[in-house]
Amino acid sequence: MKAEIRVALVGNPNTGKSTLFNALTGLNQKIGNFPGVTVDKKTGFCPLPDGRRAEIIDLPGTYSLYPKSKDESIVFSVLAEKGSDLSPDLVVVILDATNLKRNLLLYTQVADLKIPIIIALNMMDMATKAGIDIDVNLLAKRLGVPVVPISARKEQGIDDLKKLIAYANQVPLQTDSIYVNALAPALIDDITEEIGASSPYFALQLAHQHEHLKFLTPEQSDRIEELEKKHSFHSQKAQAAETIARYNYINDVLYDTVQTPQTAHEESLSNRIDHILTHKIFGFIIFMMVLLFMFQSIFAWSAYPMSLIENSFVWAEGALRDILPPGPLADLLIDGVVAGLSGVLVFIPQIAILFAFISILEDTGYMSRVTFMMDKIMRKVGLNGKSVVPLIGGFACAVPSIMSTRTIENWKDRMITIMVTPLVACSARLPVYTLLIALVVPNKNIWWIFNLQGLALTGMYVLSLVSAVLVAFVMKFVLKARERGYFIMELPVYRMPRWRNVGLSMFERSKTFVLQAGKVIIAVSVILWVLSSYGPGKRFEQIEKRYSQPQFTQSMTPDSLKRVISTEKLENSYAGVLGHVIEPVIKPLGFDWKIGIALITSFAAREVFVGTMATIYSVEGDADRIDSVQDKMRKARNPNTGQPAFTLAVAFSLMMFYAFAMQCASTVAVVYRETKNWRWPAAQFAYMTVLAYTMAFLAYHLLK
Amino acid sequence: MTLEQLEVGETGIVKEFTDLEMSVKLMEMGCLPGEAIKVSRVAPLGDPIAIHVSGYQLSLRRFEASTIVLQ
Repeated sequence: MKAEIRVALVGNPNTGKSTLFNALTGLNQKIGNFPGVTVDKKTGFCPLPDGRRAEIIDLPGTYSLYPKSKDESIVFSVLAEKGSDLSPDLVVVILDATNLKRNLLLYTQVADLKIPIIIALNMMDMATKAGIDIDVNLLAKRLGVPVVPISARKEQGIDDLKKLIAYANQVPLQTDSIYVNALAPALIDDITEEIGASSPYFALQLAHQHEHLKFLTPEQSDRIEELEKKHSFHSQKAQAAETIARYNYINDVLYDTVQTPQTAHEESLSNRIDHILTHKIFGFIIFMMVLLFMFQSIFAWSAYPMSLIENSFVWAEGALRDILPPGPLADLLIDGVVAGLSGVLVFIPQIAILFAFISILEDTGYMSRVTFMMDKIMRKVGLNGKSVVPLIGGFACAVPSIMSTRTIENWKDRMITIMVTPLVACSARLPVYTLLIALVVPNKNIWWIFNLQGLALTGMYVLSLVSAVLVAFVMKFVLKARERGYFIMELPVYRMPRWRNVGLSMFERSKTFVLQAGKVIIAVSVILWVLSSYGPGKRFEQIEKRYSQPQFTQSMTPDSLKRVISTEKLENSYAGVLGHVIEPVIKPLGFDWKIGIALITSFAAREVFVGTMATIYSVEGDADRIDSVQDKMRKARNPNTGQPAFTLAVAFSLMMFYAFAMQCASTVAVVYRETKNWRWPAAQFAYMTVLAYTMAFLAYHLLK
Repeated sequence: MTLEQLEVGETGIVKEFTDLEMSVKLMEMGCLPGEAIKVSRVAPLGDPIAIHVSGYQLSLRRFEASTIVLQ
């Protein structure tokens, strides 16, 4: 659907920009990526009172057109690139009425680009409450642009804004703010003449930012560099002079349009909340409780919907099996595609719950306080205060946690967080750990209270967190920073969360995951299905033939016959063959080829290990009953040595392998989506495999 | 004297900056020469700090605060 007018939303962070975006577009929105960066590109459609439709683009929140990070640089490039499919016809600058001075800096910069502009003056209700008196008409007259007071949370003034968008001027009418040419007269003239610029400020911005503007040709960029040298242009000095000039202009504008009462800010409610939430002792206790609650909820609340999703897929598989004529096509559809789909959708509850929490933490302003409190510790190991949430979320599932790293603005901090989050012991490792621990660790207490099995499990969890921190520490030195790390960060006033934003965030994140990571997961699931249900040559036919002979059909029940056949088929499938192939490699870890099969089939998801063990050891009855799997595994003998296959050393070696190896196709897919470069998931896969092999090797040889 | 040396509750007026790159970012956030800055709190581990400047609360690391020279 083509829109008749394209509108870009620009504003500082924490001004209610996303709330306004949601109020304008509702569910008519989609999240994508801006080219080259990992900020969400949110676009949506909004019906206008004159019957047309406006396409709304939500640009990342920024305090200035001069970017602090690569992600912020997208704001200027979208506004500047003429004729692209993003370039706006109109800009709506959203300003926080309670803090007009700082908000107007960005406005004056955007206004000087000479794009038609409208001001949405948000949080007017809060400004009035705080005793701030704004003469809206005079302000509009001074700036020469329409100003509409709104309250995005209460959805007040939205219709007025839509009217203004519909009947907006197509030519820029804003008054000039500062005399831009004075900042670099000769350079601005030369760039305007040689490269072309729609306004003097546009030319000046080209001088500042040409290095990372994709719409400039390399020749143009080089030419700008030459011109800068010729006129001895110093970017930072010019920026400093510009900012001072702009604030002088803003002070002039605000002098008789805004009256602010001189109240002591200590009395504000927000400040009193901060006293408790960032308190030396209570601050940490409360934060730990919030994390614990979040972690528990992801586990507990997602359990029911997850089993509901899984059960309905089991039902659907059964139903399809009845309808479809049996054959390879039905198998592919049911065991490959439908099973893969189930593996994708089963993540939705965890993603939705984690993002509900993150949305609430961000909306209320608490997330900034978390960063404020944790910055010192986390910085030491190369992480960011905001890394705490993904790391703790990793205990439930790495997939939503990695998606949540977008809240970390600093590129290096975000990459390190993404790289180490999969090390944290996620819930899919739990069935593997419980199976193996119950197998080799005696169920008895030491020192009266500590259960040995419980201690072993706790040990695995602690190990995961310690290894994540250690790897982050190493990566701090390996990874080169792309931008200087600033911490200068606003601590926004505490606000109630907006439930509509929370709901939309849950919905949009789940949708994005299914549509984007889902493809890879289904593909991997189909490949693994092929590997484990087909074998080279005529092996499968021979198995079928052999077991159809009377000596088997008469002496065994149909059920146990079926089980023996599937065990033998798995052993002779491509996965089984691969198990034999990798045996020499995994032998130093104490694994035989049967464990090799499990390593291969659980490549896409760790929890498959238990099911594969059940098939390999032909578990009777309900394969989901963990004690019957255990019993078989306990009796299993290593075909090469004749010793029990699962000794203490082998079990711990396996646990180390599962703790460190990247055996999760969903995580690989989501890391690719979040980094937009295959090198990151590849590097992650490589380092985790090396780590897994080393740790398993050590565990096996130390315990043997 | 720099902003970093102020105690919680104390106020100072910005005079100049010792780091040009940092000053550009600080000024954009409203820490301009002549502006009053009050230290409102210190993070539980002693770093970063939170300041009150031009009508809102801003947090910055001690190192960053040390580049702001006060009158």
